[in-house]
Amino acid sequence: MNFASLNAAAARAEIFLAVAACAILLLGVYGDQARRAARCYGLSLVALVIAALLNGLDFSAANGSAFNHMFIADPMAKLLKIAICVLSAAAFVYGRQYNRHRGIFESEYYVLGLFAVTGMLVMASANHLLTLYLGLELMSLCLYAMIAYYRDDRLATEAAMKYFVLGALASSMLLYGMSLLYGFTGSLQLSVISSVLTADAATAAQPQAAIALAVVFIVVALAFKLGVAPFHMWVPDVYHGAPTSTTAFLSAAPKIAAFAITMRLIVGGLNALPDIWQQMLILLALLSVAIGNIIAIAQRNLKRMLAYSTVAHMGFFLFGIASGNAPGYSAALFYVLIYALMGLGAFGVILMLARPEYEADQLADLKGLSKRNPWLAFLLLLLMLSMAGLPPTVGFFAKLAVIHALVQSGLLWVAVLAVLLAVIGAFYYLRVIKLVYFDQPPSADPATAAQTTTTITEGDIAVSPAAILLLSCNVLAIIALLPWIHYLIAICNEVIRRFAV
Amino acid sequence: MIPLSHYLTLGAILFALSVVGIFLNRKNVVILLMSIELLLLAVNLNFIAFSHFLQDPAGQIFVFFILTVAAAESAIGLAILIVLFRSRRTINVEELDSLKG
Repeated sequence: MNFASLNAAAARAEIFLAVAACAILLLGVYGDQARRAARCYGLSLVALVIAALLNGLDFSAANGSAFNHMFIADPMAKLLKIAICVLSAAAFVYGRQYNRHRGIFESEYYVLGLFAVTGMLVMASANHLLTLYLGLELMSLCLYAMIAYYRDDRLATEAAMKYFVLGALASSMLLYGMSLLYGFTGSLQLSVISSVLTADAATAAQPQAAIALAVVFIVVALAFKLGVAPFHMWVPDVYHGAPTSTTAFLSAAPKIAAFAITMRLIVGGLNALPDIWQQMLILLALLSVAIGNIIAIAQRNLKRMLAYSTVAHMGFFLFGIASGNAPGYSAALFYVLIYALMGLGAFGVILMLARPEYEADQLADLKGLSKRNPWLAFLLLLLMLSMAGLPPTVGFFAKLAVIHALVQSGLLWVAVLAVLLAVIGAFYYLRVIKLVYFDQPPSADPATAAQTTTTITEGDIAVSPAAILLLSCNVLAIIALLPWIHYLIAICNEVIRRFAV
Repeated sequence: MIPLSHYLTLGAILFALSVVGIFLNRKNVVILLMSIELLLLAVNLNFIAFSHFLQDPAGQIFVFFILTVAAAESAIGLAILIVLFRSRRTINVEELDSLKG
């Protein structure tokens, strides 16, 4: 055992990002307040782009592993990591102006974000219960702090406390399940756990009830982390209470990381026991698509409505995993990537509409948006059509892939219910379009009304054109990716085929 | 020699007690933080018991990491608690009800 056998080069993106985050933390100490925040913001973006490139450069290389197989670098991990880095960088760009107006444009905010991304990258590559847990906690602890960073705000601190308590409870559940799994299989390595369970399943050696208990704890903990009903209580509160810049960050990359640990644990570790987890996942997915889509209709707050929509979308992607076959996993991967793109875009639009003292997070604020800001209104239209799953958008193909996988694995009744519930969900997305295009704008523009009470100059309020451009690219991708949709699905299939166990 | 099942039972009781503590407690956020610590300790007990009976040190090493993370977690939890107290002058769980719907 020597240093070379650790093969640390496989984890170079994580190592780079961790070192970069520490360096940026130090650089954030020098200079005056405004300058150092801008410097750390810029450097964070550079670090994220480099981390994405480090993963992208050897994308098709053979599966590698590092640190005695605690860490694996397979194409799925690399694809997810590229998405995590790029979407997090985009979330930083969208939230910049918002953060400046609320006094949370500080170097430490971005350092916390970088550490959270490091945690997510570790989760994507985890092949050992310890790496998985540490990645998860690194991400969660940073996210709690990023929500509480808006420290003068009553809602943000309350959201942080709720997220913290429920997140810690979920982590403990996961650990309890892991400890039982360790006791029954004698290993913490996911690949060893998988082979032990497979061997036991062949000889029926394990007490099924005891293993089932471990699986239940793990599935419940994952459901908490994914925000799937009936463990979704924290999602609306956190999305609503957190500063919108953090909500945008939360809505994209952590969902991809949650997909990664679900794949690693359920498909990588517990693949010998599909009859135990498949029923649970189908139930969770159905409940969350139903609860998410129905309760979203009753919401008046846009962030809260999008939170319930997230619950529904997470349920939908869980259908893919619940189908228990390779096309299903591939569909889930495709779905979660597309959803992260759409969710980030939706919160990006809210961020662009927000002004000092004005959050733009009520549905009523959208009335007549098409007359005040036609371009953002058009972007919102595309997002809502794609989230509802209407045909000319990639959202439709993501849903189609999941439904197709469900039918292929013989779960026809689940597929029918999923489509029916998705139709219910279309209502509140289309209502947003109605508000934006067909309702009369309020007599006074709420944004300008709020501005008159503040003394901030006009130049300070304007959103930077770069952020608008990036947001436009993000949202237009929903339509522009269509000609390459087969190529994207083929990549997802290939990545799942080479998924390392 | 104490059998494995005794340790696991104790771990399960501690875990159940702290989950009940989280859901029944309506008065004080500090008690929530204490319950969370107890949850992690229950898990640690499980890991150490299994590690001892499997004659495998990996479980005990895991416990060191859990202890470290638990320390970081309570630091963050207490920091959020202080921020919360400063903005609303109370740490009563029942009064954390601004977010609804």
